[in-house]
Amino acid sequence: MDNAITSTGMTTDPTLYPPYTPAVHEEHEHAVLPQHRHHFETEEQQREAGSFGMWLFLLTEIMFFGGMFFAYLLYRNWYYEAFVVASNQLSVPLGAVNTAILITSGFCMALGVWAAEVRQKGLLVVMLLLTTFFGFIFLGVKADEYHEKYEKHHIPGASFSTAMFVNPAAYGLKEDPLSPDMAQKTQIFFFLYFAMTGMHALHMIIGIGILAWLTLRAHRGDFTSGYVAPIENFGLYWHFVDIVWIFLFPLLYLINRHPLK
Amino acid sequence: MAHQVVHTDANDPQNITNPEHAEHRLITPLQYSLVYVALLIFTGATVGAAYVDLGWANPVIALGIATIKGVLVILFFMHVVFQSRLIKMTIAAGFFIFFVLITMTLSDYVSRSWGLW
Amino acid sequence: MSTLAAEEQLTRLWETPKTIYGWFASVDHKDLGIRYLTTAFIFLIIGGVEALIMRLQLTHANGALLTPEAYNELFSMHGITMIFWYASPILSGFSVYLVPLMTGARDVAYPRLNSFTYWSFLFSGILLYIGPFTGQAPHAGWFSYMPYTNIVYSPGHGMDFYALSLIMLGISTTGAAINFIATILFFRAPGMAISKMPLFLYSTLTISCTILFAMPALTLACVFLELERRWGMHFFGSASGGSPLLWQQLFWFFGHPWVYVIFLPATGMISIIIPVFSRRPIVGYPYVAMSTVLTGVVGFSVWLHHMFTVGMSDLTMSFFSAGSMMISLFTTITIFAWLATVWKGRPVVTTSMLYALGSVALLVIGGLSGVVAGIIPVDWQLHNTYYVVAHIHYVLIGANVFPVFAGLYFWLPKMTGRMMDERIGKWSFWVMFVGFNVGFFPMHIVGLMGMPRRIYTYAANLGLQPMNEVMTFGAFLFGVGMLISIVNLFYSLRHGELAGNNPWNADGLEWAMSSPPPDYEVVRIPAVATRHPLWDTFDEDEDPGDLRVLSQARLCITSNMLDAVPQAAATMPNLSLVPMFLALALFVFFLALVYQWMWVCLAALILTFLLGCTWLWPRPIKGHL
Repeated sequence: MDNAITSTGMTTDPTLYPPYTPAVHEEHEHAVLPQHRHHFETEEQQREAGSFGMWLFLLTEIMFFGGMFFAYLLYRNWYYEAFVVASNQLSVPLGAVNTAILITSGFCMALGVWAAEVRQKGLLVVMLLLTTFFGFIFLGVKADEYHEKYEKHHIPGASFSTAMFVNPAAYGLKEDPLSPDMAQKTQIFFFLYFAMTGMHALHMIIGIGILAWLTLRAHRGDFTSGYVAPIENFGLYWHFVDIVWIFLFPLLYLINRHPLK
Repeated sequence: MAHQVVHTDANDPQNITNPEHAEHRLITPLQYSLVYVALLIFTGATVGAAYVDLGWANPVIALGIATIKGVLVILFFMHVVFQSRLIKMTIAAGFFIFFVLITMTLSDYVSRSWGLW
Repeated sequence: MSTLAAEEQLTRLWETPKTIYGWFASVDHKDLGIRYLTTAFIFLIIGGVEALIMRLQLTHANGALLTPEAYNELFSMHGITMIFWYASPILSGFSVYLVPLMTGARDVAYPRLNSFTYWSFLFSGILLYIGPFTGQAPHAGWFSYMPYTNIVYSPGHGMDFYALSLIMLGISTTGAAINFIATILFFRAPGMAISKMPLFLYSTLTISCTILFAMPALTLACVFLELERRWGMHFFGSASGGSPLLWQQLFWFFGHPWVYVIFLPATGMISIIIPVFSRRPIVGYPYVAMSTVLTGVVGFSVWLHHMFTVGMSDLTMSFFSAGSMMISLFTTITIFAWLATVWKGRPVVTTSMLYALGSVALLVIGGLSGVVAGIIPVDWQLHNTYYVVAHIHYVLIGANVFPVFAGLYFWLPKMTGRMMDERIGKWSFWVMFVGFNVGFFPMHIVGLMGMPRRIYTYAANLGLQPMNEVMTFGAFLFGVGMLISIVNLFYSLRHGELAGNNPWNADGLEWAMSSPPPDYEVVRIPAVATRHPLWDTFDEDEDPGDLRVLSQARLCITSNMLDAVPQAAATMPNLSLVPMFLALALFVFFLALVYQWMWVCLAALILTFLLGCTWLWPRPIKGHL
């Protein structure tokens, strides 16, 4: 039984469902199947399909972070003074160093994908380990920054203190003092700071977890015999996380340093 | 006017009319290194620019540099430069809808208080 | 290789064992599609019962059946269940079942992801319903506006169940969307160029893209809501300077495209059913396809029309009002194409066709009342009245429930192998159709008279009671009609006529295989040359080398996007329990998050991660390459 095309068996009354007769203009067509032209390169094609799925996933991530970027844009315009002083509480050198570290991590990942493509197992493992290493350093610096915020009572919630913004002189800051009402709005900056960097850090933690697993499998030699899809897809994810940070860094750390009066 | 016969059917020998057609080329470590150095230089530049008071141009420069860096990462680290048109269009669609979200929502907020934005 | 040998070989490769293990580990899209349909249908029944209880409460002025709080919870659960756990998943069920059959593939592109999306859909629904069963139901309607959903006004866990189960459903929906896109773009049968796809594939493709763009906004809004409620962060609360409007913007940026998500695949089904029973190809295929895609795109620029009463500027409102009117053009094109198809064809009125035509009628009424409500001053007048309730029900029942029934009567013979009883089916249709109109048309009128929605009762001297009595009667009649179809299903499963391959003499590839299809579906992957492979005659390429049999392993042909020229054979994964356990781990994670059991959360996260690793661990491929 070849049930591909030919069978149009009917059980019900044929007069009730008369067969469709093609219109005159419908020409007698020929299915073109140049199947002699291609090779059934299984791995190759799966890689394409797999990486397309990863791109579709990254699309949703763009929209997810996009919503947060929008919230930042909105509130920065509403509470400009508060965002300026709160943003200046972040350390630009730490942020800059972290940016460089993350770019380095991404660079190692890119080399890792290359190593998998040219089937160098040792290099791949080293590059994955380096990627993980720089990822950890980034998170370490981030944790240090979070800790500083904790000490300064800048974590939103019950213990949040606006003292530094209402009376900057007492803390040795050169900023203009904010009205108590506006000073409260610095909390919104820190909500967004923690939400955005926290969500970014969460992506990194997940990424580092996957990296550990990839390293293990790379060590077995799974990815250096032509099957590079997991490495390549993870590379896409990791670079996407990079890009998010590339935008977070100027938005949170840099653009508020010279407020317009 | 004579009709030119264009072979866009299934027998297209090079398969180049297909949006998924991609050249299979690797980016060399040297090229990666160049991109890496460029990214570091841009990071330095954006930090440097942040310490100079340029008025309204500060955010513009910072975000402009970030955009350049992001494009570099997308094109080279993520290999989009050699990817198929399908993937390029997919990414473009993502950013397009992202801008729809931002501009249309802002249109509401902005038009509530003309001149204050 | 002889056909018989190939069949044996393919059965060995693709068979899902009829054991408990096989049931839970199945990655077969046919099993999963039927489960999707069943689960979503159960949610329809639950939501329907909730609606009927509300109707009982509203039958009499000053009704005392429900407390105001219980009423709030009921209408919220009704809306959430219907919109999120019935309307979209039931269409996903059709897509999961039909997309691979229509494309001639043996399964979807990512079968284990498919299994995962089903289980996470089921578990997210269970998570949602843990709320009401522990007395903590969401009570702020399906769009849950801030600041009412803030912890101050909504203590208890109701809103947490809402937010977290929606996040989990979002994961499921996103996975399904990725799966459909990859399957439709890359797994089509050789020769099924993008201009020859069945229209149902166009609508599934469109809404899958829509989901990818729209869903993250809801996820983000729900994450913000949870952070605000439980973690002391105030994104939306105006007391601390937040913008409650931001919730509305994010929600409707998701919410309006979502309307098309639960509407377009249904139109896709009608675009298949009406031509089959009109005995001719659809009129204006390219226009219908294009208007489907354009609806999906333009659907992203109309969402502010849900918010005309929040004090926008005239300019913004005019823009979005115009956008809302424009989008009705595309639906109109589709409707005229259907009407022209019936007009030019030789229509055969089966139950399925009746439901399809009925849905067109209801959709026109709902669409027109929507255009009316899109006029800004009218909207201000009608906002939050029963007029809006009438509108959404005409649109959603006209464009979702009726097409779903049309689809069930049309494709159930394929799924079960037995015909549904036509006589009972027609009874069911007429009872539903009359019941629906009796139940919902008066809502336009009581809305214009000023009856507000979402209020648990009304005063006796307003003169609303007679109309409300009629509406309750109609609603119950509608329910009875639906019950008749359910009875019909169980009756026909036992006593229905055998369906054979192609009982309707339809044109799509899914009708070329036996009913129900064998596990491997087709011995030879079909080759397609026209839009109607079973109607038109064409020379099918001969396949002397058995290249399209693919019985070496679990293989599917992948082809390129535009012309569907075969590119390669993709290896498909074997059965796996991991997707189900992964969904279960996520369920535990979100449940623990509701109750703030942080250690359980952490344990569930680690478990999720380990299961993810297991998922991706290489496994021997069944068969030999």
